[in-house]
Amino acid sequence: MTVTTAEKAADVQAATVELRSLHRRFGSTVALDGLDLAVRPGEFLALLGPSGCGKTTALRMLAGFEHPDSGEVLVDGRDVTAVPAHRRDAGMVFQSYSLFPHLDALDNVAFGLRMRRVRAAARRKRAAELLDLVGLSDRGDRFPHQLSGGQQQRVALARALALRPRVLLLDEPLSALDAQVRLTLREEIRRLQQELGITTLFVTHDQEEALSVADRVAVLRAGRLEQCAAPAELYGRPAGPFVAEFVGTMSRIPGRLDQDRVEVLGRRLPVDGPPPAARDVDVLVRPEALRVRADEDGTARVVATAFLGATVRITARLADGTEVKADLPASEAAGLGAGAPVDVSLPERPVLVAERTART
Amino acid sequence: MARLNVWRGAVLGLAALYFLVPLAASVVFTVDVPGRGVTFDAYRQIVSTDGFGSSLLLSLELAAATIALVLLLTVPAVVALRLGAPRLRAVVEVVCSLPLVVPPIAFVAGIATVLKWGPDHLSRTPLFQTFVAVQNPDFPVVLVLAYVVMALPFVYRALDAGLGAIDVRTLVEAARSCGAGWTQALLRAVLPNLRGALLNAAFLTLALVLGEFTVAQLLGFRPFAVWIVAVGGEQAQLSVAVSVLSLLVTWALLLALAGAGGRTRTASSRG
Repeated sequence: MTVTTAEKAADVQAATVELRSLHRRFGSTVALDGLDLAVRPGEFLALLGPSGCGKTTALRMLAGFEHPDSGEVLVDGRDVTAVPAHRRDAGMVFQSYSLFPHLDALDNVAFGLRMRRVRAAARRKRAAELLDLVGLSDRGDRFPHQLSGGQQQRVALARALALRPRVLLLDEPLSALDAQVRLTLREEIRRLQQELGITTLFVTHDQEEALSVADRVAVLRAGRLEQCAAPAELYGRPAGPFVAEFVGTMSRIPGRLDQDRVEVLGRRLPVDGPPPAARDVDVLVRPEALRVRADEDGTARVVATAFLGATVRITARLADGTEVKADLPASEAAGLGAGAPVDVSLPERPVLVAERTART
Repeated sequence: MARLNVWRGAVLGLAALYFLVPLAASVVFTVDVPGRGVTFDAYRQIVSTDGFGSSLLLSLELAAATIALVLLLTVPAVVALRLGAPRLRAVVEVVCSLPLVVPPIAFVAGIATVLKWGPDHLSRTPLFQTFVAVQNPDFPVVLVLAYVVMALPFVYRALDAGLGAIDVRTLVEAARSCGAGWTQALLRAVLPNLRGALLNAAFLTLALVLGEFTVAQLLGFRPFAVWIVAVGGEQAQLSVAVSVLSLLVTWALLLALAGAGGRTRTASSRG
């Protein structure tokens, strides 16, 4: 499982990708509503968002399978919007198993080389190299139905890389796999991408997946870009309530805005970012930022606990009925069972606030 | 389990009786002539009768042409239907089933009427030569056209079932992202995975063309089925021998086709 020198040499200069105000509508549904996105050379960018946010449509436009109503797709600064899919120079791995059932693994990988009329000996050699790259050098003669799901996606990855594409496109490649396989394969995809230095776009609806492998994560909502940032920034400094709640777990605690401070849980805390116009607001809190400790006089009650290994996630109901989630080290949470009275507090740090939404 | 096997055996036995008894009786009737013992005279007579080879050859040519034309017509159509306009599937299915509803006798009456336009209205135009050409008794193109229409319901269904078993869209997109154009994607990625369906369609079309009598007879051509009826008309033993023979010929051809596609069929069934 080593990258050959030829492999590296081919990717000396990784491609830049730019999407400019892409619009696309399917009948009455708007898939893309002016999407702008720039991908840096050699970057691993995850497109993250709820289903129907347009992330797959954006990827398919880059692959040439969809065409924008307006807007441009640029690769290396060149407008490729009108270039048909088979001349795009983009390798793609699909969500469903997409290997050609009538070809064995080696011929699947060599398919693109056959289309390019590479000689049989040369293409078999290259395909064998690529199978080696994804750790399946001993499975070249297997047909897709003889391979497990994870192996099939590895072969698909090798096939996508066979033509040394400028851009690698991954359309939820892990979503059909078991949890265990998903974990190892995503790490392997990441390792391969870093070794090859190929510009990669990765569509997923799984935020953990996006945060753990990508250099930057682009959060999409209703066909627009909400925020594109490195995982740590996305988690720690979300651009708005949508990103804050979509990425990671967030609890909403009602508070009252008073100039640039917010009154919440008996404290007056500074507001992070521009405060909203309304006075009744929700304070957005990550589970690890919330402090919960056992207190006989506490007004909050533990509703449920979930053991997560190193931490225990506690769901507590505040006096006003709001439910919040907090992560505690397992040692501290030992005595806290359902119904236990607790005290919930926030540290003296700026907090993110959002306009209060109607609770159901 | 044992009871299930007994039932299976019983059902299989009954079905076998239903098919084999009449067949065996026919064979016995043709070879066991009263007073002369076992003789294959009836069969010898058929094979030596004038026109056996030529009519069989004509039928085979017609079948080959029909299979080629109907597949060329329907395969791109059903693939395009799957990719581009899945909602039109119901419409196309109904249209393709129409030949089942229209009796061949009505169909051939319509064809005959159209063919009469040649001498009636078009005798002074160059189109007249076309009308003559399609009715060439050595290779009646008009029969191929008629058989294509009659084979549509079977071919469409076979192909539709085959396409239903594979994810055409993903296969095409995967091929295209590997640098294959539309034609290449169809030929290299979709068709190989449709081999079973294509073979089924060819099977059904072959059986249809070999056994078709009404249209060919009424239009005045002499493929195998028409010839067989003409030969066996007078003598009881001969007519039965002829049907047994035609059954055997059809079987042999179907087996040959299965043999030709056998390798590929196992390949596709594994997927």
